[in-house]
Parts: sequence; C-alpha cells; structure tokens
Amino acid sequence: MQSMLKGLWAVPLTAKLGLVVVMAYLVVAVFAPVIAPYSETEILGASYELWSDKYPLGTDSLGRDMLSRLIFGARNTIGIALAAVTLAFLVGGATGMLAAILGGWYDTIISRIVDILMAIPSLVFALLILTILGTSIPILILVIAVLDCTRVYRITRAAAMNVVVLEYVEVARLRGEGLWWVIRKEILPNIMAPLLAEFGLRFCFVFLFIAALSFLGLGIQPPTADWGSMVRDNATLINYGDITPLLPAAAIAILTVAVNFVVDWLLHRSSGLRDPI
Amino acid sequence: MFNLLRVVAQRLALGLFTLLIVSLIIASIVELLPGDITQAILGKSATPETVAVFRAELGIDRPVHERYIEWLKGMVTGDMGRSLANRREIAELVGVRLSNTLFLGGFAAAIAVPLSLILGLLAALYRNSIFDRGVNLFTLTSISFPEFFVAYILILFFAVKAGWFPGISNVSTDLPLGDKLFRTLLPAATLTLVVVAHMMRMTRAAIINLLSSDYIEMAYLKGIRPMRVIFHHALPNAWGPIVNVIALNLAYLVVGVVIVEVVFVYPGLGQLLVDSVSKRDVPVVQACSMIFAGVYILLNLLADIVAIVTNPRLLHPR
Repeated sequence: MQSMLKGLWAVPLTAKLGLVVVMAYLVVAVFAPVIAPYSETEILGASYELWSDKYPLGTDSLGRDMLSRLIFGARNTIGIALAAVTLAFLVGGATGMLAAILGGWYDTIISRIVDILMAIPSLVFALLILTILGTSIPILILVIAVLDCTRVYRITRAAAMNVVVLEYVEVARLRGEGLWWVIRKEILPNIMAPLLAEFGLRFCFVFLFIAALSFLGLGIQPPTADWGSMVRDNATLINYGDITPLLPAAAIAILTVAVNFVVDWLLHRSSGLRDPI
Repeated sequence: MFNLLRVVAQRLALGLFTLLIVSLIIASIVELLPGDITQAILGKSATPETVAVFRAELGIDRPVHERYIEWLKGMVTGDMGRSLANRREIAELVGVRLSNTLFLGGFAAAIAVPLSLILGLLAALYRNSIFDRGVNLFTLTSISFPEFFVAYILILFFAVKAGWFPGISNVSTDLPLGDKLFRTLLPAATLTLVVVAHMMRMTRAAIINLLSSDYIEMAYLKGIRPMRVIFHHALPNAWGPIVNVIALNLAYLVVGVVIVEVVFVYPGLGQLLVDSVSKRDVPVVQACSMIFAGVYILLNLLADIVAIVTNPRLLHPR
C-alpha cells in the first residue's frame, strides 16, 4: 500500500491532473440523473434563455436546460466512445495476436485487408456507410469499431511479434500449451503496457470522431443529449458573442487533453518513447 | 537507379490496385443493405411507381459487375451520373467545389508547412528548454481539441468580438484573389492549428533522432558552429522523414477540411458530401467519397515514394 502511494506521488503533475479530470468525468457520467437538475429531453422554457438561477447555463434552441443536457451528454458521449473502443480492442487485439502467432496465410490475408481499409480516410468511410445504413447508436458503434480495429490490429500485431520470437514462448509451445493459453499467459501480460497506452489514444481519437460525426448531424441522434450535436444546435448563439455553445466543445477538449496527459505518462513509463540524449 | 525505378513502379502499381479495390468497395456499398435500399431511402409509404423509377435511376435492376464497370468508366471520364436530390449532373456540382476545397487546403498548407518546420526545428534545437516544453504542451492541447471547437473560438474572437474577419466564408469563382484569401483566412487558420501540432512533433522527433547520431557529435567536437551543424550536416538527412511527414499531414488535411467547411459554410466538396449524406443522395456520396479517397491514397503514395527515394535502405526490404 505504502509503495503504491509512493508510486502515485512520483506521477508527474500533468498526469495527476489528467487522472483527476478523468475521474471527475466518470463520476458525472455515472451519477448523471442524480446531479442534473432537470431531465435531458424535457422542454422547460423559452428557447435560448440567458443564464439564470433557475437555468444555470440557460436553455438551448428548444428550451431544454443546457446544464442538464451537458451532464447527460457526458454519459451518452463517453459511453458510446468506450463501447466502440472496447469492441475495437477485442476484435483488433484478438486478430492481431493470432496473426503474430500463426503467421503465414492468415497473417497475410488479414494484413492486406487492414491495409485496404486503412487506405480510405475513416471519416469518408463512416459517412459512406452511415448514408446506406442510416444513423442509429448500434450502427454507429459498429462502424467506428470496425474502422478503428485496423489500427489496434497493427499495434497489437507489431507488439506481439516481438514477444512471439522469445524463448519462453517457444518453450511454452514445445511444452504443448494451447493457443489460448499462450495468448493469455505469455503474450498478453507482456504487451499490456503499450496496449493500455494505445487504448487511451484510441479513446481520444474515437471520442473526437463521434463528436465530429454528431456535429455534422450524423452521429448520436436527437433528442439524446450529446456534446457534438449540442454545439451544432446552438451555434447561432456564437454570432451574438455568447459562449454557451462552446461549453460542450470545451467539455470534449478538456477530457481529451486529460486522457492525453495520462497516456503521455504511460508511454514514458513503459519506456520506448524516451528522447535520445 | 534501375532498382529504384522498379521499387517506385511497384509502389505505383500497388497504389493503383488499392484505388481499384476502394472503388469496388465504394461502388458496391449499396449492396450492403439487407433488404431493399429503395425502401430504406424512400420510406415505407413510397408508391410502386416511385420505387420503380428510383430503382432504374440507381440501376439496381441490372447485374452488379455491369453497373460497377459503367460507374468506374463514368468516374474516370467525368460523367458521374445525376444527383438523386436535385437531378443535376454530379460532375457539374463537384467541379467548382473541388477547386474551392483544394484552394482552402493549399492555403492552409502554405501557412502550416513552413510554420511547423520552423517550430519543430527550434524545439529540437532547444529541447527540454522552457520553449520546448511550452510548444509541447501547446501541441498536445491542440491535438486534443475538436476541429469545430477551434473554429468557433476563432469565430468568436476574430469575427464576432473583434469584427476583423467574416465568420462565414462564402467565396465565389469571380472573386479577386485578395478577397478570396481574406475570406478564407479563418478556415485556413483553423486547419493550420489542427495540422501544425502533429507535423511539428514529427519534425522535432526526426531531427532529435538525427542529432543523437555519431557523425553530428563529431561535427560538434570539431568545433563547427551549431547553426552550421544543423543546416549542413543534420538537415540534408532529415529531409526524407520531414517530406514524408508533410505528405501524410496533407492527406489528413484533405479529410479534416470536411468539418471546417461545414462550420464556415464554405462551398467545398466536404460540405457537399455532408449535405448529400443527410439527404441520402447515394450517387453524390459515392462520387465525393471516391474523390476524397483518391486524393488521400495518392498523397499517402507520394509519402511512401518520397520515403523510398530519400532512404536507400528501404530499397532492399528484408
């Protein structure tokens, strides 16, 4: 316990700040119904009301409470991003490790498919698929997971390649251990650190990606509160010098910066990215 | 030399092949839908006549390979068919908008490339100084900002509060260049802020990597002035990675332009794409996607070839 506390003390200031912010966001996301003064969809007053005691951040284009929507937005936006990244890691991680272990035809075929998928800019690809399939949350998660698992595949495959050639993996395989056992006991523990950092990076990317799609009106659909579409719906206010529509955008930015700070520290800790002196 | 040409030709062929596969994916995306696309787009209340007209329009009554070959031929010759929404020729819709988008992207690149090279060089030279840390913090932050956030902050301060620049950049073809530049300054600045961070970080990493090599230390030990070491010894070897970084980021710029165009209501290809997606105007979306993907693949290919030409070691893959 003491050594853990000491370890936490040695964390650089930026990473500590990042951890605190991420925790705060998670708390808001989990306890959104308790914290928010109103519901996310209820129309309460006139549209674009100013900041007041009743509506701390005013109301939006339809007269819904801005603060409540901001709080519920944390839950929806972060939830969907986490679901998409987790799915991408499950698929990309599994195929990547298998490619590293099995090699041969399996590796070649999957790698070529990934190359082709990565050759199309992901925003364009996502827009294309959403045109055909329409926008709903499961489709959104699925599309993003598919686009993103290509990057996860590459990273996992590269990291696992370095481990697969080591003696102890060979010993385990000669001992007759199964594929699943080798993945779980020998490879996964050794590539966990870079994968964790990658998870943070991917989360940032996906989070911004969903925000962008929602901002374009093609992501999370109304009346569900979501930060990207909140910016879009209330953008006219900016022309009157009102900063309210920037708050959801700032919420996105702050969380991404915080995650990046933590990832930066993780990457430095798992070495590899240290500047040569 | 022959070897070099062969590898470059190989890459070009690979690029063309990728382009072909991508076109296949884009063209056949309509088949992806379980059931009938006409129902999904026109809705359940569509009459049989409208459905029939729509099917003929999309050409789904003909076999897949026939349709694909015709579509590909059209894309290459510039006859891209008609929009479903307003019956206009797609080539006509796309033409001006494509040049507008390229103008905006080019303008942003003209600011971003020199700026990030200078910043990256300085950060590498004075690494771990306050300047380096400051730039590092700034770039980490600006990578984390959504594009529309940066765009609206710029609009808020420079268009609404200060009133220096227009918040909406409506350009037309007959506008003189000066006016055009003035009106596209804010969108270009947004794109610059987004791209510079990445480019600068990669430039810094490439140069720091070089500065730690033996021959640079030797140059320092000989007593050559630091500026001369940078420009005569380090930079010639750094050009390869740096140009590679630039090409990769230009590819990114081409796509990043979509959101910025929507924010500033800039009449470009990205805006057309987004509008068509919300109208589910499939032929226009396909044409725009193909153009974006094509430019993206070409720039990535360029990055690849530059990397090979400047780094002879890549000529002999293990």
